[in-house]
Amino acid sequence: MQHMSTGERVLRGILIALALIFFLFPIFWIVLMSFQTNAQILRIPPSLFFSPTLENYTSLITGQLKTASGVLTLNFMQNLFNSFILSTASVALSLVLAVPAAYAFARYKFRFSEDIAFTLLSFKFAPPLLVLLPLTIYFQKIGLANTYFGLIWVYQLITLPLILWIVRGYFEDISPDIEHAYRIAGHSWAKTFFKISIPLARPGIAAAALLSFIFAWNNFVFALVLASADKQPVTVGALAFVTASGIQYGQIAAAAVISITPTLALALFAQRYLVEGLSLGAVKG
Amino acid sequence: MSALEHASISAKTASPSRRRRRQKWLPYLLSLPALLVTVWIVIPFFTAIYYSLLRYRLSLPQLKGFVWFDNYLHFLSDGRFWYTVQVSLLYTVITVVVELVLGLGIAILLQRSTRFNNLAAMLLLLPLMVAPALAALMWKLMTNPNFGILSYLVGLIGLTNFRWASDPSTALFTVILVDVWVYTPFIMVLLLAGLRSLPKQPFEAAALDGVPKTFVFFRITLPMLMPYILTASLFRMLESIQQFDIIYAMTQGGPGNTLTVFQVESYLQFFQFTNVGRSAALLMVLWAITFFLSNVFVKNWLRLRERAQGISEE
Repeated sequence: MQHMSTGERVLRGILIALALIFFLFPIFWIVLMSFQTNAQILRIPPSLFFSPTLENYTSLITGQLKTASGVLTLNFMQNLFNSFILSTASVALSLVLAVPAAYAFARYKFRFSEDIAFTLLSFKFAPPLLVLLPLTIYFQKIGLANTYFGLIWVYQLITLPLILWIVRGYFEDISPDIEHAYRIAGHSWAKTFFKISIPLARPGIAAAALLSFIFAWNNFVFALVLASADKQPVTVGALAFVTASGIQYGQIAAAAVISITPTLALALFAQRYLVEGLSLGAVKG
Repeated sequence: MSALEHASISAKTASPSRRRRRQKWLPYLLSLPALLVTVWIVIPFFTAIYYSLLRYRLSLPQLKGFVWFDNYLHFLSDGRFWYTVQVSLLYTVITVVVELVLGLGIAILLQRSTRFNNLAAMLLLLPLMVAPALAALMWKLMTNPNFGILSYLVGLIGLTNFRWASDPSTALFTVILVDVWVYTPFIMVLLLAGLRSLPKQPFEAAALDGVPKTFVFFRITLPMLMPYILTASLFRMLESIQQFDIIYAMTQGGPGNTLTVFQVESYLQFFQFTNVGRSAALLMVLWAITFFLSNVFVKNWLRLRERAQGISEE
């Protein structure tokens, strides 16, 4: 690899550039579209040069969408709010539940420990509709249909196993010696856990929280089946735009941009944790 | 943590018997809340099994009745079912193979940890952060026949009547393209991590001996990377055979029933044809497939984990 000829270097450069174009162009193009009027979008040939408009965003924020056939009220900001509530609350609850469990699985060999851990993991692999469809009927009966509480509970199936397995792997990598020393010094188990174990595992916990937030945010099928319009997150809400009659294409693009910005921003600013989480989650455990 | 270490702590912190008793229930206490919050899922799971044994149409409630395995037996001679199997497998095989080849290629291009390569890797990861349903929405805007940039671009090379997801002959291609866009970065990032963690010595030795690069790739790089490749592709297979978001958001299974993969088909059977029994039986078939795949995956994964730990301890 040290002896790379000029030709090879150029070829590498071209291939990397092609990959960057393929994977980044859609995001770039949708961002451009979101600043265009319908007339500009429909222009042939499409052009990179146009006078940008913020109209699509202002109409999304005010909830009054100007369409060809009048003004359409569409509360997209509610969808955005729902996404924040659902993702943040799900991750917070999962952290409280899964971090102690991860610690237990990493530090103690107890009866059924592997069985319990794998049972929790297997929830991640089963087809979601298998349980979601009967669940719609149960949720109607017990009054959990279309509530934040019900959705956050079901979202635990996404966030909890992920956090459990990433954090477990992280705890396993930390030597228990420091904990032992602290306990020998006379501190209680709980104090050791909160003062020593959790701070040591903080990077792993951060990676797990970040990744599960992204998974929760990006989830589509859970809310599609279990939530009506006022509780739906952006993934379901933005899709409803397509069927809304007479809607402006720029407004759909702007809704898509607003919906993907939080996860993209998290990925860019916390990239180190993200890569760690992905490789721990999928390869290491 | 060895039993010996435990004993030495307990001797100093609490009386041995109290300590031991506590040692016994503590791990259960710590893991029980997580289990309780998620384990209720077995209830709808068993309900789904029960539904799959029923003749149960929401539109014809008077016909509801227990029919044992009739729904499953009916599949054997049902063309629509076999079409679902066929298109699901096709989707899975093509997406995983294409993503693997592309992901491996890009990982090899970015193997050296230079500032430029790391920046490129970070940017290439972005599609993976986009919700698959929203990715489908974005590609829908780009492939719109009236103003879509991609429709315009393929028009320039002479494909004026290329209708992407709205044409049965190109719909599968289009959703696979979106899947490749979203998930190739996943394979890329895992294989890049794998490549960068490989020991240096075999490559240095090969370079010293002047071994040709293709030989190095097929005889050293690829075999050493194989555990990572297997894990990544099994994981993707597991997800791909269950794909719902991209296909539903793009075409809702259409045009016609072109893209009725397992989960899309069962969603339609439930909500559109209100055939609960058939929908549940379909999902049970899918569950059996994923159960098998996930067992293979977990075994593979544990082996890789042990290996990774073995290497780091050396």
